[in-house]
Amino acid sequence: MRVELDEPKCVASGQCVLTAPEVFDQRDEDGIAFVTDEEPAPDSLDAVREAVAICPAAAIRLTER
Amino acid sequence: MNRIVIVGASAAGLAAAETLRRDGYAGTLTVVGDEPHAPYDRPPLSKQVLSAEWAPDRVALRAPDELDSLKLELRLGVAAAGLDTADRSVRLADGRVLTYDGLIVATGARARRLPGEGAHVLRTLDDALTLRERIGPGRRLVVVGAGFLGAEAAAVARKLGAQVTVLEPAPVPLAHAVGEEVGRVLSRAHLERGVDLRTGVTVTEVSRDGVRLADGEVVEADEVLVAVGSRPNVEWLAGSGLTVGDGVVCDEYCEAAPGVYAAGDVARWHNPLFGVGMRIEHRTNAAEQGTAAARNLLGPRTRKAFAPVPYFWSDQYGMRIQAYGYLRGAEEVRVVQGDLTEGRFVAAYRRGERLGGVLAVGVTPKALRGWRQRIAVATSWREAVG
Ligand SMILES: Cc1cc2nc3c(=O)[nH]c(=O)nc-3n(C[C@H](O)[C@H](O)[C@H](O)COP(=O)(O)OP(=O)(O)OC[C@H]3O[C@@H](n4cnc5c(N)ncnc54)[C@H](O)[C@@H]3O)c2cc1C
Ligand code: SF4
Repeated sequence: MRVELDEPKCVASGQCVLTAPEVFDQRDEDGIAFVTDEEPAPDSLDAVREAVAICPAAAIRLTER
Repeated sequence: MNRIVIVGASAAGLAAAETLRRDGYAGTLTVVGDEPHAPYDRPPLSKQVLSAEWAPDRVALRAPDELDSLKLELRLGVAAAGLDTADRSVRLADGRVLTYDGLIVATGARARRLPGEGAHVLRTLDDALTLRERIGPGRRLVVVGAGFLGAEAAAVARKLGAQVTVLEPAPVPLAHAVGEEVGRVLSRAHLERGVDLRTGVTVTEVSRDGVRLADGEVVEADEVLVAVGSRPNVEWLAGSGLTVGDGVVCDEYCEAAPGVYAAGDVARWHNPLFGVGMRIEHRTNAAEQGTAAARNLLGPRTRKAFAPVPYFWSDQYGMRIQAYGYLRGAEEVRVVQGDLTEGRFVAAYRRGERLGGVLAVGVTPKALRGWRQRIAVATSWREAVG
């Protein structure tokens, strides 16, 4: 599974970093999120799915590949 | 549990539906929404949609294939008209009846209006698209209400070249929400961008050509936007036995009655982190509470109290405002970082002897994580502000 982030949608809330810190981080300057692990290990996927659901900007997608 | 009904097909309802599926619920999942659109996001409406930076389809909360994978029975364009908790059934406006084992109420809120006709409100995608057609260079827009929504819309309209007047009944905009000092700083931006902000004026009536004030004065306009807050959508629950007032009243698990949970803008629940009942109209809360309500409905034996640190953001005049915690009714506000006059600061809010919340402008969001954590563990005021 692959994590995609629609950066222009991100509102820098940091919910993804709180939920899946092993997969997301925020830029220092403006807090916009970035993906640190684009193909997370299976045991991180639950946390990523939670982040997808909770992201207040619907900016995260988990896609099959 | 074999039949779950979610009423309200927006942020909270969708989060609940996704959580149910993610946590293994395989039964029938019906989502009822009175708007004709698939679930979409509201915060961009007063920002990128109003400014026409985004095409309307960019606000869809999920792609069609993602929605399909949830295997929902999606009933759009039809309202729920009644609830019978004894029968465990929801009556739809088209006469159909849906029975349920579990119900999640996520009907959100709607814009409050003022007496009169012809004014805009800004709550739905259709509202945003209508308004955006009508503002542009030289057009006169009157915004009634200088809250977050009114301020965002005024900022966008100004950027589009409209002539903007903002009318606010309170002496200091947003004072009830963020305190007088911070409210004053935030409202300065209106003046700096050439918006005519008039405080202490009450609008009694709106019309197509402007608004009438309490003292009889008429303020003329090409368009009027009423942004004076919202009301929870609870009318359809009349006679259901649920306790409704300003929202559907729930316990700390977001449960309103056996098998009935509520989430999002419509829910008034007891937040144990602050020990008070609250109803929050924030986008993150809708998703978090939808998730929490779904889990509690599905696993009553392992259910958890919903005790979030509320969070919201607002973008206006190029400023990003972010706030954590419960600011309303704070007893003291203190600037703990930066400077109000420079428009870059973190302000801390005291509730009793503890840190209740923080509000930041122009500060990197990452720097706020520590503050969020301090609120989450109920740090004492003295320790927090030093
Ligand atoms: C223009 C705008 C800008 C915003 N900006 C921000 C922001 O910057 N930051 C922030 O934190 N928050 C913001 N918010 C608030 C945020 O969008 C809301 O908190 C969030 O949408 C709440 O989600 P909800 O699902 O609880 O309710 P809603 O989004 O209100 O959805 C409820 C849905 O239920 C439907 N419904 C109502 N009654 C019935 C019925 N009887 N039967 C069937 N369906 C029904 C409604 O039509 C609606 O589609 C903004 C809101 C608006 C309107
Ligand atoms: S949760 Fe969403 S909006 Fe918030 S920082 Fe992460 S990607 Fe951005």
